[in-house]
Amino acid sequence: MYTPTMLLAILPEILLLTLGVTLLVVEPFWKAENRRNAGWLTFGGLLAVLALSLLFARPADPQTVFGGMLRFDWYGFFFKMMFLFAAAATSLFMMDHEKLGRRGESYLLLLATTLGMCLMASSADLVMLYLAIETTSIPLYVLSGFMLDDKASTEAGFKYLLFGALTSAVLLYGFSLLFGFAGTTNLYALKDALLAGRGMAPMVFGVILLLLVGFGFKISAVPFHFWAPDVYQGAPTPITGFLSTASKAAGFAVLLRLFLAAFPGYANWPSILAVVATLTMTIGNLLALPQTNIKRLLAYSSVAHAGYALIGVVAFSKLGVASVVFYLAAYIATNLLAFGAVMVFSRVTGLDDIKDFSGLSRRAPALGLAMLAAFLSLAGMPPFGGFVAKVIVFQAAVEEGLYALAIVGILNSIVAVYYYLNVLKYVYLYRMDGENEEAHPIPLTRPYAIALATLAFGVVLLGTLFGPWFEWSNLAALNLF
Amino acid sequence: MNFPVLSVIVFTPLVAAVLILLIPANRKNEVRTTALVASVFALALSIWVYVQVAMHPVVDLAAAGYPYQFIEKLTWLSVGNLHIEYHVGVDGMSAPLVLLTGIVMFTGVLISWGVDDPHAPTGIQDRPREFFAFLFLLAGGVFGVFVSLDLFLLFFFYEIAVFPMYLLIAIWGWVKTREYAAMKLTLYLFIGSVVALVGALAMYWTAGQATGVYTFDMLQLEKAGFPLAFQNTWFLPVFFGFAVLGGIWPFHNWSPDGHVAAPTAVSMFHAGVLMKLGAFAALRVGIMLLPEGAKTWSWLIMLFAAIAVVYGAYIAFVQTDMKYMIGFSSVSHMGLVMFGLSTLNRDGLTGAGLQMFSHGVMTALFFAVTGMIYDRAHTRQIPELGGMVKPMPWAAVGFIIGGLVSMGMPFFSGFVAEFPIFMGVWQVVPLAAIIASISIVITAAYIMRNIRRVFFGEMPANLEGHISPITALDKLAIVTLCLLMIALGVAPNLMGPMVQAGVDNILRLLGGA
Repeated sequence: MYTPTMLLAILPEILLLTLGVTLLVVEPFWKAENRRNAGWLTFGGLLAVLALSLLFARPADPQTVFGGMLRFDWYGFFFKMMFLFAAAATSLFMMDHEKLGRRGESYLLLLATTLGMCLMASSADLVMLYLAIETTSIPLYVLSGFMLDDKASTEAGFKYLLFGALTSAVLLYGFSLLFGFAGTTNLYALKDALLAGRGMAPMVFGVILLLLVGFGFKISAVPFHFWAPDVYQGAPTPITGFLSTASKAAGFAVLLRLFLAAFPGYANWPSILAVVATLTMTIGNLLALPQTNIKRLLAYSSVAHAGYALIGVVAFSKLGVASVVFYLAAYIATNLLAFGAVMVFSRVTGLDDIKDFSGLSRRAPALGLAMLAAFLSLAGMPPFGGFVAKVIVFQAAVEEGLYALAIVGILNSIVAVYYYLNVLKYVYLYRMDGENEEAHPIPLTRPYAIALATLAFGVVLLGTLFGPWFEWSNLAALNLF
Repeated sequence: MNFPVLSVIVFTPLVAAVLILLIPANRKNEVRTTALVASVFALALSIWVYVQVAMHPVVDLAAAGYPYQFIEKLTWLSVGNLHIEYHVGVDGMSAPLVLLTGIVMFTGVLISWGVDDPHAPTGIQDRPREFFAFLFLLAGGVFGVFVSLDLFLLFFFYEIAVFPMYLLIAIWGWVKTREYAAMKLTLYLFIGSVVALVGALAMYWTAGQATGVYTFDMLQLEKAGFPLAFQNTWFLPVFFGFAVLGGIWPFHNWSPDGHVAAPTAVSMFHAGVLMKLGAFAALRVGIMLLPEGAKTWSWLIMLFAAIAVVYGAYIAFVQTDMKYMIGFSSVSHMGLVMFGLSTLNRDGLTGAGLQMFSHGVMTALFFAVTGMIYDRAHTRQIPELGGMVKPMPWAAVGFIIGGLVSMGMPFFSGFVAEFPIFMGVWQVVPLAAIIASISIVITAAYIMRNIRRVFFGEMPANLEGHISPITALDKLAIVTLCLLMIALGVAPNLMGPMVQAGVDNILRLLGGA
């Protein structure tokens, strides 16, 4: 039976699909020199999807639609808006990329993976969830290996595919066992079904471990992070940016929803996650210290950030979930800004080692400032989003009495300050060989200028007027309890 | 609501920083002018606030409910049991420090202006736009901490005040040690602040669960009445987390290195204002929110402070680099502030409040003069300098006045501040006062020696004729700072009563006395 809510629930997805089809139809008719406009079309289209969804498809009370396949709630909606925003920024970043910018299919793949993420955020059924995860992953494998004549990129794509396929299989195995134990695939029926079969507890614990492997890969938590540095370094930088933000946030979205809905009765997974969080933060930060390549540094830093966000998951409270959602919002804006700045630099110079950033603030003062904002926000300094996000995550930990975890997080953020500041030292302090930076400017093309300015503004906005954003995060969190 | 003067003071440098960044990089003089205008504006407002508080230092607690003035309060975030407010106000303790920040900001801009002579550049000539933007970000953070009445807001501004230091020192600092010193300073301060942050979060939840009112508002947390065991546990991380920035022994190690590596205006800010930030926050959050913990641990603070006072003075005595000498003298003088705080009595606390202001002005002057000398002579080694009184008499007079303050001579602000501190300590542990007073002798020795060597004596042949006169702006800065120290020394009533009013508020929290 049809209700209007059903359409509203998937309005972003419908619009994304429409946009993708339009792109597919229109793009072949454009002359080769105009193909870059596909980027503008994607960007404009994504903004329109964002605006229309915000205007018309805001959820009221949570309700399940399509026979329990999807849940139409604030939680999913807020994540969808984040994914759309990240995709819009990424489409701008792709436009002036040598290999991605003039190929309609790259934008189409971006839209497809965004579509998958949107479905991930609202899935309320194991089958739907698995389909959504695959819809997200497959385009990302292709995009990572998009530069066919580049060894690193093909390697990245292949490595990502192998790791991804393996963990998907593990995840699917977990799902099937879960169905076997509970007799239902509906996330919200799982809890009671599992509690009814109490004797299964050790088996369910095994299932939880399998699921953690699957999601640990998605959010690149230690010890499932090995793919991240190689893939991040090899993949085209705009895709790396998207991979490290939206894809990771999608993993968290599912992790939170599934675990809070299905396993609140099993008290031991938060303690496993606490260990994972500790390892993720510590190993991510320690391995980031010796990096000499900026993309690898950001890869390890993004591993560490998954660890900080996990603190909020471990707290397993309303504030904890809200803090994770807010953390991810701040992290998406910040990390996209960081990768955007790296992209602008690498596009002009073809270099991406940290030492190559010497003299950047003299070559391009605005780009230097963008780097400054991004790296200070990653380091957790006010007035940028990273500060508030970190404080609230630690708040959530302390509220639940998890002092040890909060202290681990804080010690880690001190380590992180060191390597973030180290990059800024190259940007601001060191000089190019020959000290004639003025002769080597780094021009910003229009898409980059728009994207970087918006993201930098967003990072400051999240760090100063954080009230509304956190209220939305909190609304989202309330939907899960 | 009245004119939100405190917010305007806090946001003036922040807005100016953004405006400065929008000016094209090659318009150096426009950048400097904007900076000067903004700093004069902030200074004027902080003088006004100071005068208002000085005229009515005592707030009727029964009528107003709180001992602060110029209160502004807005809800920043209120979700679930998470409440953060934008809440600012000043009392007799913080108003002098707001004024101090205004003065150091103003004189720092004057000193950094310099002469754009390619052969002998003085002041800041490399990327002044970024320099002033970061400096003003720092200044905004400092103003913010001094007026914050909300713990979250305090941390927010505290971190804003810390991280620009890294850039300012690393980019414009002394080539030899800047990278090392900047990173060391940032890590020390960041570690201190996050350790204190855990304490603040613990206070938030403990107070919330006990009273049902979840708030970072310090006026509320004052009333929370934390259990004794809680206070004893958390006082140490909170107090010493902040006191790191106050340069307390044994966590002072970052400070002299930072002073030496920093460019002149940043050294002025760093020693003049930033170290007060640490002492002030340690007082406001540590002692005022956890008074019982303060009573338990005051002996430890006093011990560390006494060591800092004597040890700092002695290390200063053996330095040959002028900046290291002043850096360690700052450790010694900030040790006196901590010494005063550790007494927890009226005289000691009043002295600490006055010493924060007096030392801020004095050390800003010292660093300004040292910067002028270094810009011209390209050395700060005391044995390699001499006869500076002839080419730069204004600087010499300024340094001598600063030296008299430093030695605690009557009729200068140093006396007004240090005398009550020693009186306060005497009431608690007379022996500590006697031991610490050794530092006065050592201070006199190194200051006099420095004055004789650097300003009088024979000018080395290689410097003869190379010392250009200082600019009118430099003179203005020196005169401003000197006049303040003399005014406070001659008429302590300009500041004494208001600081005492602030102290009364602290004593009220400490229970009677």
